[in-house]
Amino acid sequence: MNQAAQIEQTAYHSLIQTDKDDVHSLNFLVKGVHCALCIQKIESALQEHKNVSYVRLNFSTGCLSVKWTGDAAEADDFAGEVARLGYQVFPYNPEIEKSTEEQEGRFLLLCLGVAGFAMGNLMLLSVGLWATDEVTMGMNTRLLMHWISGLIAIPVVVFSGRPFFKSAWAALKNRHTNMDVPISLALILATGMSIFETLDHGTHVYFDSAVMLMFFLLIGRYLDFRARRQAKGAAHDLLQTLAGFATVVEGANTRKILIRDLKPDMIVQVALGERIPVDGVALSGDTTVDTALVTGETMPRDVHVDDELYSGMVNLSAPLRLRVAKAAEDSLLADIVRLLEKAEQANAAYVRLADRAARLYTPFVHSLALLAFILWWAVLGALWQDALLIAVTVLIITCPCALGLAVPVVQVLATGQLMKRNILVKSGDALERLAKIDIAVFDKTGTLTIGKPALQMDGFAPKSLQIAASLAAQSAHPLSKALSVAYTGDLLSVDQVKEYAGKGLEATIAGDQIKLGSLKWCGQDVPSESVYPQICLMINGQVAQIFTFKDQIKADAADAIAALKALGIKPILLSGDRSAVVTHVAADVGIDTFYAEQTPVDKTALIHELKDAGHNVLMVGDGLNDAPVLASAGISMAPGSAVDITQNAADIIFMGEHMQPVIDAYKHACFTQKLVKQNFGLAIAYNCIAVPFAFMGYVTPMIAAICMSASSLLVIINSYRLKLLS
Amino acid sequence: MSILIYLIPIALILGLVGLFAFVWSLKSGQYDDLDGAAQRILLDDDEEKPHH
Repeated sequence: MNQAAQIEQTAYHSLIQTDKDDVHSLNFLVKGVHCALCIQKIESALQEHKNVSYVRLNFSTGCLSVKWTGDAAEADDFAGEVARLGYQVFPYNPEIEKSTEEQEGRFLLLCLGVAGFAMGNLMLLSVGLWATDEVTMGMNTRLLMHWISGLIAIPVVVFSGRPFFKSAWAALKNRHTNMDVPISLALILATGMSIFETLDHGTHVYFDSAVMLMFFLLIGRYLDFRARRQAKGAAHDLLQTLAGFATVVEGANTRKILIRDLKPDMIVQVALGERIPVDGVALSGDTTVDTALVTGETMPRDVHVDDELYSGMVNLSAPLRLRVAKAAEDSLLADIVRLLEKAEQANAAYVRLADRAARLYTPFVHSLALLAFILWWAVLGALWQDALLIAVTVLIITCPCALGLAVPVVQVLATGQLMKRNILVKSGDALERLAKIDIAVFDKTGTLTIGKPALQMDGFAPKSLQIAASLAAQSAHPLSKALSVAYTGDLLSVDQVKEYAGKGLEATIAGDQIKLGSLKWCGQDVPSESVYPQICLMINGQVAQIFTFKDQIKADAADAIAALKALGIKPILLSGDRSAVVTHVAADVGIDTFYAEQTPVDKTALIHELKDAGHNVLMVGDGLNDAPVLASAGISMAPGSAVDITQNAADIIFMGEHMQPVIDAYKHACFTQKLVKQNFGLAIAYNCIAVPFAFMGYVTPMIAAICMSASSLLVIINSYRLKLLS
Repeated sequence: MSILIYLIPIALILGLVGLFAFVWSLKSGQYDDLDGAAQRILLDDDEEKPHH
């Protein structure tokens, strides 16, 4: 409970906002919330405080809002309590989280709701209008209903059409077209025509067609938004971690301040198990740090006075003081954030299949509508209103619904299917990008291997293992944990345990003097090129046993690599680890191309090189150091054991200690793309049938809107074939 | 047809009531955490409440 105690002393009370009624409010960022029970545990724990008036945990963002009266300092208790339940707590930085994403979602929903309201009412009027003629209804009644339709539809088209108008305008300004251009044009023309017809006391108005079209397209737009919203914000999450607290030493006192307020030359204290908040220089030695997050190495590193330390490392064996070398915004973590943001922006430039299709499709549709107008007006001598009506019908009937609705539906369905196989797809177009890969790059530790050292179980006496495991149970060092895992029998009672940071353990067992630690500390020769970590057990000064540890390769890694090769995808191994280890692992899983001792910058550079050479690259990795690499690859996957930030940077996350999900996801992606292409095919076939009729003037805009919806239903039903796959 | 003078406004007003209820629920943040709402349905919170 060391960490919980640590958090209780933090300075959350300095971040509180208090309103005029003396109600304090504060937002925490809580990590590790996975299910309904987590929500309940956290909320009910805080509700037990009598003075707490409001507790709400937002499951999507992890933001926990608390309002209470009375003592402001209770904020720290709340944080401590949540931490004791086993969740990570950070101060919530509203400036970062106030994302445009959230606002975009609300905006789309609002447009959808307004369009839905208008569609319902317009249909009510339309049923009457389309079912009878002017003789039954009377001229004036019909005119009244046209006016009411117009009064509902015009403001609604202006209001709810904005997502399309904005996007179309932005595309036109940059001299592009996208699929919103024909949509906007159809909306504007259908509404404009109807206004004219109403003023002119005409027979038919088509406000209902315009609004119906808009409503269905907005549904597609919102689904698409939901599918892609989680993809972003990895960098934001990392920044939230930077918003934590650090303990600053000032003379004899210590004080907690926000990490982003740290200045160079301040002295920072890092307790056991705490993450080093900034880059700095060690003032005290004799500890070890876990550098896995920063370099991807499995083994902890020893720290001596004047060693350089980087933010993101975890202090393992003794309290540590360091002098801040750089302000938090210049630290290594901040560098990673910047790399990440850059990569995310670059990926945003990816043009999706639907948009590429739209670029071909829209000029075609526009010319067709224009052609219809010219043909009827100039050549066949129709009234310009009638000619325009036919042109609008052509626009509506060719409306790119397969692009606007069917693609998101296939994606949402495929995502659900993969979810059942414990594969989480986070970005909407991930499957599209995955289907195109020709190179798969793997990180080593935690991706191809399990990521924890395991004892090599051959050729040693059971007694020495029992002694070693009994001693190891006293320590939290990764190698000690591996020893404990490997031994299942009874433990001996251990007296006078002493732990020497970075060296080993010393104790007495049944009167014998036992030492367990590094070869060097036990006075043994260290092999110059040691591939795997080793420790030595000494009993009364005599070497009893040397234990070797190896990071185990995942059981099906070799099979998965072979399957990838069979599918024509080239595997590459990319690791920050030493060359000797990497060579071994590559040979074991059957990867021919590998690179060792790579920094995050090297890795990113290599990915860019591959991309520039025209390859579509999949990156699979799990460490924090992999986060920018994942973000810069064309498509990325991370195992569920990866750190939060890396999970957020990845497009796809898979659970369990297997590699098979990589293959599953790839196969699913290929099938999904096949369905999408079929849907396009269906849409084109439908257009080939419907457009000639519209062109000849046999179709009213109302029928066109119904046809368009029916064709959308058809592609949606086709998409459901995905359910038959498994 | 004069019945329309009542029916159309009634239909519109009912629709508007629905629309305002939707806008209110949207503004008060009820759609901000749809995943959370999906999870919360599993909670038996009425058993937790103390009896008054």
